[in-house]
Amino acid sequence: MITVTPPRTKAERLRWALSDTFVIAGRSYSQLRAQPGQLAAELVAPVIMTVLFGYVFGSAISLPGGGDYRNYLMPGVFMQVMALSAVAAATSVAEDMARGIIDRFRAQPIARGALLAGRSLADLSKDWLSLAMMAVCGLLIAGWRPHGTPLETLAGFALLALFGYAMIWLGTYIGLFVKSGAQADAATFGWLFPMTFLANAFVPLEGLPGWLRAIADWNPMSAVVSAARELFGNPGSAAASWPLRHPVTASLCWSLLIIAVFGPLAVRRYRTATSR
Amino acid sequence: MIHAEGVRKRFGTTEALRGVDLDVPGGSVCGLLGPNGAGKTTMVRVLTTLVRPDGGSARVAGCDVVRDAERLRYRIGLAGQHAAVDELLTGRRNLELFGRLYHLPRRTARRRAEELLERFGLTEAAGRPVRTYSGGMRRRLDLAASLIVAPPVLFMDEPTTGLDPRSRLALWDVLRELVAEGTTLLLTTQYLDEADHLADRIAVMDAGRVVASGSPSALKAKVGGDRVSVVFREAGDVAPGVEAVRRVLPGEPEIDHAGRRLVAPVSDGAASLVRVAAALDAAGVGVEDLGLRRPTLDEVFLALTDAPAREKEAA
Repeated sequence: MITVTPPRTKAERLRWALSDTFVIAGRSYSQLRAQPGQLAAELVAPVIMTVLFGYVFGSAISLPGGGDYRNYLMPGVFMQVMALSAVAAATSVAEDMARGIIDRFRAQPIARGALLAGRSLADLSKDWLSLAMMAVCGLLIAGWRPHGTPLETLAGFALLALFGYAMIWLGTYIGLFVKSGAQADAATFGWLFPMTFLANAFVPLEGLPGWLRAIADWNPMSAVVSAARELFGNPGSAAASWPLRHPVTASLCWSLLIIAVFGPLAVRRYRTATSR
Repeated sequence: MIHAEGVRKRFGTTEALRGVDLDVPGGSVCGLLGPNGAGKTTMVRVLTTLVRPDGGSARVAGCDVVRDAERLRYRIGLAGQHAAVDELLTGRRNLELFGRLYHLPRRTARRRAEELLERFGLTEAAGRPVRTYSGGMRRRLDLAASLIVAPPVLFMDEPTTGLDPRSRLALWDVLRELVAEGTTLLLTTQYLDEADHLADRIAVMDAGRVVASGSPSALKAKVGGDRVSVVFREAGDVAPGVEAVRRVLPGEPEIDHAGRRLVAPVSDGAASLVRVAAALDAAGVGVEDLGLRRPTLDEVFLALTDAPAREKEAA
């Protein structure tokens, strides 16, 4: 007969919360290993973006203020892929809900928040993998060159990954409201994908009409792209707004704010969510 | 072991539970019966800490479902309506995962997984992803997952829905074994024979309330005693047959002309059957089938929940 007892001390409670988080993350890794095709498909999309935008458009478009368009573009593609990590996070949590597996987890003595934290860490490592793939393809195929120091380059990727992590929490929160994976996809991709174009990711903002430009200037995605360009030493465009004049600070603030808002909201929602 | 008093729960404008009382002694099996939407699942979700009740109180295995929720989660097993296992992982990996989430050391979790796979006849399939399992295998794996810590109280929400008859019987055997070992079991079901076979006590729920409870035989007695049922051979046999039966039985029989069938309530069982047989024989009426039967739980269920009336109301 197996008996288990609840944690008695704060330290034990913390240890179990960490253990639960890693066990859940381990589940996500096992899932990836169980379907290598799925992982490949998720990684192919960023690579295609890199090659398509960098190679096809990159050769035809020139920047208004001079500078190489491919180098301008790559940080935008990186950001777009990070923004869309919300889609996978929302889809997988919604599928777990629909299958009733969340009920089983919730009826077990799992530390509060460990389930979502574990998933988010696993999703974050997928983001790093996407970034690595894109960086290699950018360097080899699309002619992308970072001009900053290695440390600055690394910091650029870290900022992108942090934004990806924020979007994972946003996606998780949305995924806890919808009824199926397909709905989760529509409820995230449907507005996030257009949003990535309402930013300075692919085109300089100078040509936009005033009201649209204001939106794009304050779009968190623009700050992330500008910050990455600055740290990679890639060409950017003239910055008019505060977030684009201080992109590193602004993107840090945006990402942390999104995590601080949607992390606790998602955990709360998870604790009361029902599968129907 | 399970004790609930006046449990209420409202979702938006629908009152799912309107004051449910439930009492299940340790080591017994309670069947929660009711039509769709009666509140069975919500009740199970309240008792397993998944849903917070709006009112009333409930204790399971000595823990309050709201105040001691965390402690309670170590003492219950839940097998819900869906087979809540990970489709992508192997059967073995699923059980290890859930074991680890009960904070079992890795080695113990692994050993427990093997024991459960063995017990539920899944050892051979243990290395295959669950998506390749049949419905019955998934159910068994799901049940195994709910038994990892050998919980004193087990909740099963429609455990055999969608199973073929053989898997169903196999699952019943497993449940009987568990109860023999001292597990308290609360199961919801729409299959009355399942409640009849497994449950010591049945609570019939309808529209968020327990409308009747007791042992299966007590519930059947509530609806009435034995009936004699006759099926006549030809349409022409019905009229003289009914005449003959009326002469020997006091009660008013129910007649179904299209089915050439007669059902009459009787108080003295077999003796009435003999009288009816003799009367029919004397009248020279053709009889295809003649028998004495007890009310089925289906009749109890329909009488108690009054399903047709409610459907009319809804329409």
